[in-house]
Amino acid sequence: MWQFFHKLGSPKWFFGIATRLMPWLLAGGVLLLMAGIVWGLAFAPKDYLQGNSYRIIFIHVPTAFIAQSIYIMMAVAAVVTLVWRMKLADVFVKAVAPVGLVLTFLALFTGAVWGKPTWGTWWIWDARLTSMLILLFLYGGVIALDRAINDEKSAARAVAILVLVGVVNIPIIKYSVEWWNTLHQPATFKLTEKPSMPADMWVPLLLSVLGLYLLFGWLACLRMQTEILFREQRTRWVKDYVMAGRG
Amino acid sequence: MSEPLLQAVDLQCERDERILFRDLSFSILPGTVTRVEGPNGSGKTTLLRMLAGLNDAWSGELLWCGKRRSAQREEFLRNTLYLGHRPGIKPLLTPMENLRALTSGRCAVPDPVLRQALEGTGLAGFQDVPCRKLSAGQQRRVALARLLIADEPLWLLDEVFTAIDADGVSAIETLLQQRAAEGGAVVVTTHHDLRMPGMQRIVLGGGSSDER
Amino acid sequence: MNADVRPVLKLRDDTVGVLAAMRGVFARDLKVAFRQRQDLLNPLLFFVMVVTLFPLGVSPEVSFLREAGAGILWVAALLSVLLSLDHLFRHDFDDGTLEQLVLQPQPLFLLVLAKTMAHWVLTGLPLVILTPVLGVMVHLDGNSIGVLCLTLLIGTPVLSLIGSIGAALTLGLRSAGVLLSLLIIPLYIPVLIFGTGTVAAAAEGAQVGAYVALMGAFLVLALTLAPFASAAALRISLSNG
Repeated sequence: MWQFFHKLGSPKWFFGIATRLMPWLLAGGVLLLMAGIVWGLAFAPKDYLQGNSYRIIFIHVPTAFIAQSIYIMMAVAAVVTLVWRMKLADVFVKAVAPVGLVLTFLALFTGAVWGKPTWGTWWIWDARLTSMLILLFLYGGVIALDRAINDEKSAARAVAILVLVGVVNIPIIKYSVEWWNTLHQPATFKLTEKPSMPADMWVPLLLSVLGLYLLFGWLACLRMQTEILFREQRTRWVKDYVMAGRG
Repeated sequence: MSEPLLQAVDLQCERDERILFRDLSFSILPGTVTRVEGPNGSGKTTLLRMLAGLNDAWSGELLWCGKRRSAQREEFLRNTLYLGHRPGIKPLLTPMENLRALTSGRCAVPDPVLRQALEGTGLAGFQDVPCRKLSAGQQRRVALARLLIADEPLWLLDEVFTAIDADGVSAIETLLQQRAAEGGAVVVTTHHDLRMPGMQRIVLGGGSSDER
Repeated sequence: MNADVRPVLKLRDDTVGVLAAMRGVFARDLKVAFRQRQDLLNPLLFFVMVVTLFPLGVSPEVSFLREAGAGILWVAALLSVLLSLDHLFRHDFDDGTLEQLVLQPQPLFLLVLAKTMAHWVLTGLPLVILTPVLGVMVHLDGNSIGVLCLTLLIGTPVLSLIGSIGAALTLGLRSAGVLLSLLIIPLYIPVLIFGTGTVAAAAEGAQVGAYVALMGAFLVLALTLAPFASAAALRISLSNG
């Protein structure tokens, strides 16, 4: 078990595994996402309240969902960084934080686009949108801190602490924003609280969530590989790898 | 029988993608003065900060009294005095207040003793003047007054002779020698040409280390 | 070399107690602050000025100010705490006091807690004391001012505690001040929401006991967790130096 753990920490070993895994992740991700989106956009039934405009949930919900779960994954990696000082965990945090930021932004953007026909305005201080906006700030902070610290090891551990502090705060933020929301506009229309979603709606939604997860896995692998090559540029195996690629 | 206070085994330190030193092993015995030598940028300060427990970006093993240091941090900290480039003197406080604050966390020293220690470093009459009105050398002396009252067996002194005049330098040399004779251990980094009988040297730079 | 005849200094095992050490840290920070009184006034002046901007920038109407007053005061207090955070460790870092603090034999998180408490006494507490005056200026009624002071009294220590993490993380970095704000403001949001929410609830005549208790829970949570995070962050920042 420990040996496996140790191996997992080796960037070189991960590099090899990722290379083999990535085509599958990419293919699976594209396939599922296409299926989910095409089904959702073209074949799923209309919403009785919102008509066709609701169809943006097939993009909005997956991005919002994954943007949040990336932060949780980063928190797990942060624990690994602080406790076991595993290099790969820190590579993961560094590689996926910008992905999380972009997905959070996309979720906000699609939310705003959805808001226009639904509420007649681009932005509304809805509890979910506000929480996502704060999540965007949290991602921004993590990336800014990482960029500001020159020393690689210090940056890794400082970012890990920040991510953990953030993850302790996320439930508190969510709870407080929801409370704030009820205080200011009681019982407004909630985005995803559908009493009963027919299978024709939730199956494509599930497909696109899974598809985006796989695509995220592919992107994470790709970005981690890049980061590993950069960090290990002086080691023999990276030199060999680069030379082989050229030849 | 004197066992080493601090023992370093295969220390390696990398900074800004450059290996400062590797496979560095040495022992700090009670009753010795050890000088860390090397050109600028060879990692003297970094080594001292590692030994003090400030810098932890290193690999290898540090043993305190034969056991892993990380397992007995409190004992180690209580028995080690570190004076760095920046010695922890607040410009707004007087030498007395500074010295009191610096010692109060380790062992409470009565005021007359503190006053005497400051006198001993040539600060007689300046004990109650805010430090910002003192010269750089005088401020340095406030920090050095700690050496006159310190009961820690291990001293780690970084650039201890900086901004100190010739008289002060020879006084410190005598003090260090005296300390070693009492059974204390001292590690210093300095550009000053320090020579003492039986002095141990750790030479950094060029990736090699020798121990005498 | 004959090592066997050398005398050996006895190892010490007597340590100054944790409470005495914390008291020492606390007392020194207060003493240093009172030697430089202008620095103590700055966050207070900032607080007053930010509050002044709202009637000038938005509207001096009584109805607006009464509605927004608690929020304005909370935001202004939050910003002035934020402004003062940069000093929490910076001077100690520059003159080497922080190194000596980390090397004290007592647990670092408790010493950091003492420093944070000193920070609150020097910034948060004066803000709370000043609040009634500004509360009158934004036409809050007596009950609201009371509740506002209570929420600030519980909330500003939380701001100091969370802020200490950010101050420790950004220690010694370029443009640390701006970065510190970026890291910390999102974490301040729940305190702000509950602080102002409690005052709003009180203004509507609701019972605020539960909300105050919840803020107390925030304070307990911050007291127990933040010093650990700050201490760990301080070690990292110092390790880099």
